[in-house]
Amino acid sequence: MALTKAEMAEHLFEELGLNKREAKDIVEMFFEEIRTALERGEQVKLSGFGNFDLREKKERPGRNPKTGEEIPITARRVVTFRPGQKLKSRVEAYAGTDR
Amino acid sequence: MTKSELIDILAAEQDHLPYKDVEEAVRKILERMSTALASGERIEIRGFGSFSLHYRPPRIGRNPKTGDSVSLAGKHVPHFKPGKELRDRVNQAFQTTLDSQPPTSEDQDALIEDEPDRLQVAASR
Repeated sequence: MALTKAEMAEHLFEELGLNKREAKDIVEMFFEEIRTALERGEQVKLSGFGNFDLREKKERPGRNPKTGEEIPITARRVVTFRPGQKLKSRVEAYAGTDR
Repeated sequence: MTKSELIDILAAEQDHLPYKDVEEAVRKILERMSTALASGERIEIRGFGSFSLHYRPPRIGRNPKTGDSVSLAGKHVPHFKPGKELRDRVNQAFQTTLDSQPPTSEDQDALIEDEPDRLQVAASR
């Protein structure tokens, strides 16, 4: 069981009175606009939730795990997520084991 | 991009919706995501990524001021794994900027000025 876009849209439909089409569109665009900003090389800061940061990795040696052949892992830009203090505190309290 | 800039962009694209509704929708989406994680539920967004919890076992820490040891309880921390589409789009755009901008001498000067920042980034890994 995991939270999905469909469930988020359902939540907006129930709580905000958006129609189903509008709710689905806004959830879709929410994630698309975050992707687009990151693609432009822009950090995304969602206060109370967390920041999506970009890091540039240099080329480093790698290996094909199947064949053992050495192949360099090329320089690349990657996305990392730093949860905000509010989200961290809320999650810290979670005591269960099912994830 | 901040949350309010994201709201502005979405409101401009969904101009048939009142600004207040878009603002509230963004707030509700983030609140729903936080609630899911706080109750140990994963979030899976295809093409964007997944959020889950990672467990940090209990450990003995130290008070940096007094040096006293304190026992810290185990806890969960949020973890994000970018999905394939996000990884590919971010990296493709980056490769394009690398290829399309052979450094001029002015850029070289700018790069040298940038260097301390980059070293910090490398050192903080």
